[in-house]
Amino acid sequence: MLFASFRVITARNPVHAALYLVLAFFQASGIWMLLKAEFLSIALVLVYVGAVMVLFLFVVMMLDINIDSIRQGFWKHFPLAATVGAVVALELAGVLLGGFRISEPQQQVAAQVIAPAAVTAVAPVDVASAAVDAASTVASAADVGHMVVAQASNTKALGVLLYTEYLYPVQVAALILLVGLIAAIALTLRARKDSKFQNAGDQVRVKARDRVELVKMDAVKPAPAAPAAEETQA
Amino acid sequence: MSITLGHYLTLGAILFALSVIGIFLNRKNLIVLLMAIELMLLAVNMNFVAFSHYLGDLNGQIFVFFILTVAAAESAIGLAILVQLFRNKSSINVDELNTLKG
Repeated sequence: MLFASFRVITARNPVHAALYLVLAFFQASGIWMLLKAEFLSIALVLVYVGAVMVLFLFVVMMLDINIDSIRQGFWKHFPLAATVGAVVALELAGVLLGGFRISEPQQQVAAQVIAPAAVTAVAPVDVASAAVDAASTVASAADVGHMVVAQASNTKALGVLLYTEYLYPVQVAALILLVGLIAAIALTLRARKDSKFQNAGDQVRVKARDRVELVKMDAVKPAPAAPAAEETQA
Repeated sequence: MSITLGHYLTLGAILFALSVIGIFLNRKNLIVLLMAIELMLLAVNMNFVAFSHYLGDLNGQIFVFFILTVAAAESAIGLAILVQLFRNKSSINVDELNTLKG
């Protein structure tokens, strides 16, 4: 997966980059499946590999891009890119290595906050057990979602949580998708000049005199005799 | 050797750093820029799913769901803008996008 994502940013051809991105998404989907997030894993394949990446490939192939002009300045930006990448990697490594050390004392502090409340409530003899009880009740109240996971499938649990607790965010997400749909169509739609279309307003407003025009003219026309004579001479 | 949370976080961190490098490396190509942004979102989602699994909290996966939604809309609009840009300027070079400069 790291190789695939590395090739995404270094591939010479944008089509190859897109295909490597598809590979990276498939591998991420497999990892999520191992993490027991089945619904998101399938959704990743469907949404990304099925829709977004096809869109990418379509756009890449529709725009015929001169590859060589793109590659100019690739190595010119490399020192800057390496520097920024090293900084980001160092920061992330610092967070990863230091973060767990910070999070452990916080949990201990939380347990100590809970413990005095239990002390005031019950007799001093049962301090230890009461603290454990309080901590366990808080913990069980915190991850209700985990209990749901144990009972039902991942998709069902996710759906229950999505449509009860997160109903308004779901609707906001739907609105975002609608806006994206309309914006994408409005940006790329262009009216052809030679296309034929009906103007419904004109059709409704039409009067009878627009359709049939009455012309006054003579009942009898003089017969044209001259052209026939010229043709016989020629 | 069992796989711990740290392994997944490391994977997400490396992915994120790679996509940042990709953004700076492919400054001229707007399509690869968008792909690097997708990769960055994937790294963030990886962290969310890993935490969601190891903390036993399903809310993280809900958040990943919304990130997927927003990312899909974002890439669709970005590609639409890209197509429109290519029609107008016949290039997707980022350096040439200075039309708005006064």
